[in-house]
Amino acid sequence: METTVMNPPAAPVTPPEAVHHQATFSTQVSGQRPAGLDMEDICVRTKDLNLFYGPKQALFDIDMVIPRKRATAFIGPSGCGKSTLLRTFNRMNDLVDGCKVTGRIELDGQDIFDRSMDITSLRRRVGMVFQKPNPFPKSIYENVCYGLRLQGIRNKAVLDEAVERSLRGAALWDEVKDRLHESALGMSGGQQQRLVIARAIAVEPEVLLLDEPCSALDPISTLKVEELINELKEQFTIMIVTHNMQQAARVSDYTAFMYLGKLIEYTDTNTLFTNPSQKQTEDYITGRYG
Amino acid sequence: MKIRDYFRTGEAWVWVNAGAVTICLLMILGMLTLLATKGLSHFWPKPIMQATYLVDPATPQVVAGELADSKTDPVSRLQEANEPVPAGMAPTTLIDRWSIKQGNKDMTGEDFRWVTLPYLKQIQYPADLLKVERTSQGNVYGRLENVTVDGKTLSGQGALAQLQAAIARADDLRDQANDLEKGDLGAINYDMEQLRLEERKLQLKNRLDAAAQARIARERAELDKAFTAETTKLQAINTQLERDKASFVIADGSSHDVPVRQILYVTAPNAMGFMEKLGHFFTNFWHFLSEDPREANTEGGVFPAIFGTITMVFIMTILVTPLGVIAAIYLREYAAQGRLTQIVRIAVNNLAGVPSIVYGVFGLLFFVYTLGGSIDQLFYPESLPQPVFGTPGLMWAAITLALLTLPVVIVSTEEGLSRIPRSLREGSLALGATKIETLWKVILPMTMPSILTGVILAIARAAGEVAPLMLVGVVKLAPTLPVDLNAPFVHLDRKFMHLGFHIYDVGFQSPNVEAARPLVYATAFLLVLLVAILNLAAISLRNRLRERFKALET
Repeated sequence: METTVMNPPAAPVTPPEAVHHQATFSTQVSGQRPAGLDMEDICVRTKDLNLFYGPKQALFDIDMVIPRKRATAFIGPSGCGKSTLLRTFNRMNDLVDGCKVTGRIELDGQDIFDRSMDITSLRRRVGMVFQKPNPFPKSIYENVCYGLRLQGIRNKAVLDEAVERSLRGAALWDEVKDRLHESALGMSGGQQQRLVIARAIAVEPEVLLLDEPCSALDPISTLKVEELINELKEQFTIMIVTHNMQQAARVSDYTAFMYLGKLIEYTDTNTLFTNPSQKQTEDYITGRYG
Repeated sequence: MKIRDYFRTGEAWVWVNAGAVTICLLMILGMLTLLATKGLSHFWPKPIMQATYLVDPATPQVVAGELADSKTDPVSRLQEANEPVPAGMAPTTLIDRWSIKQGNKDMTGEDFRWVTLPYLKQIQYPADLLKVERTSQGNVYGRLENVTVDGKTLSGQGALAQLQAAIARADDLRDQANDLEKGDLGAINYDMEQLRLEERKLQLKNRLDAAAQARIARERAELDKAFTAETTKLQAINTQLERDKASFVIADGSSHDVPVRQILYVTAPNAMGFMEKLGHFFTNFWHFLSEDPREANTEGGVFPAIFGTITMVFIMTILVTPLGVIAAIYLREYAAQGRLTQIVRIAVNNLAGVPSIVYGVFGLLFFVYTLGGSIDQLFYPESLPQPVFGTPGLMWAAITLALLTLPVVIVSTEEGLSRIPRSLREGSLALGATKIETLWKVILPMTMPSILTGVILAIARAAGEVAPLMLVGVVKLAPTLPVDLNAPFVHLDRKFMHLGFHIYDVGFQSPNVEAARPLVYATAFLLVLLVAILNLAAISLRNRLRERFKALET
């Protein structure tokens, strides 16, 4: 499995006792370890992750660690499996017929494929925002408190407070505070996408998965969402799939390059874009293919 | 070559398309116009003609009545039919003939009469000719001779006003009598029957002890007493009703007494202005909507049929909507999309094509005899051999039609479910919702327009369906409405009337087909109107819902 994986940039393996955050993690990480990651608190870890759609294998031996409260970007040509990987983190692929996963994904050290893992509480901890804005045909207010209502919260004051906090968190509050009870479908695409982000952070997840969140937006809206991501990573662990390399460079701390279902290179964003160690990465970011 | 170029431009094709649409529109408009004019003209007060019919100059006959129909025949055909023809006419000459509705069935024995136009002389429309609508025996056309109110006979000026007052009084009394019969007496009869059933039930269970017997006897005595009291009241009203009478001179000059209790309305159409006729038009229409039918359905209103149709459709909707929606949800959301599901889906779709009479037969055999019979055995042993549910009735009709319309609801709901974007489901699931929560909170509300489309189609189909109903619950004349004030208020076991069946019955089963023909058009028009109203209500509801989700349908 090491065949597709290059060596991590020389970084001394820190002994376990030295990093107090990692008490529950093994430091014997066999996968990619971007430079500086040893200083980070690990949130998600994948191990020997293979994914099959029926007979077709879509992900090959993904081993990586995702640092807490950082933005990690996944780039790569279409069909490289980056969206599939992202959707594996909150088990969205369970919905796909014939999808089979082997290996482990640990969230705070707990295997998300474990029998004891409740899928709804997993998804509450790992929020997701999709490519196309998908607000529910309800009011703005009801959209934001959808997740909270699912948890059985009915107290109006609590909901009001959560709605305001989430909308402020998504930099949308000032635009919509006077029309909270109007339909969310009347908003612009950019507003809808930020509403969907607000909806996702309302349930206070640990991880936020963003699957090409700006691909359906105009440049101004894209800028706003990018600014938002920069703010959000102070609170959440963010994983973002994007086709746009500038965007990855702008918003992420670490970047993973994937190709044909394999993780080719994973390091801090700056290094990956300025000094890639793999030929394939270099070809991709210089626009030779993809 | 030029022709070929012309066809290649496709212009001819456009013309063919437009032509097809035009033909469709013309046919639909033509049907609606025919129904509307024929049906609505029934309510417009028609002038009453009076003329002398001079076939034999020695015996002139006076005919009076409404012009009902006309046709044109050649002389030769009339001669073949042994009809009188004026002498000296060529066999090919066309002669007009009129059908005159002269009423007075009990006095002259001929409701309609065909006359040959050349013999008809001195056609007039005298203002004092009256149309008298009666509770039975059809209309009287004639002049008011005198009116006897409370023993005093009055004629000439003011007699008509006096008659109208007497009719209003009789109407009032009739209402009272009707209320007594249907209301209090009906309730007492109903209670008596319940008491009898209770007694029989106790008897069957061997629990009819002395105490129960005494109680039942006591209750029965009370009911008997109430019954006697009410009957006395009713008799008093009936005696009062008999008080007045009016005398009319009809076309042939003879004079006839008509008890006022038999008279419903007296009008003088020839004396009416346009506005007055318009007023009467609406009054007549209202009477048609609100009254019970009279005289084997050939006269009067269709209220029980409207009521029966709406009740049946309503119950059917309540049954079919949840069932169809739940079935569709299973087929689309839960069942594995394999070959079996596909077969089930095809089977469901094909159910919509089964002839409706087949559903009627199934309903009769399975619902009425098997299910209903079992229900009677189990829950109503006291009324046997009299069936309660083991006989056609409202519930079985509603269930049969629900079965008939089920495929429509399933298909359109499935269609709606499949149109919900995947991203919305994922959005909900990604927030930690379970499948069922997603279904209830996001998907079903969005499928509502499609569900309603299915329900609209189901309603339209059910409201117009007649064939299966004839087997499972519709009757020519139902003595009681399926909903009344006797507990449990909605009597699903009762038989009911239905507009569609009413049309068939009035038009083709009635003893006086000619007199009933306008009613056929009017009822058909009403049925179309009713279906249109039911549909419009559902469509406007659906459009309001659709508006809410519009932005998503891009």
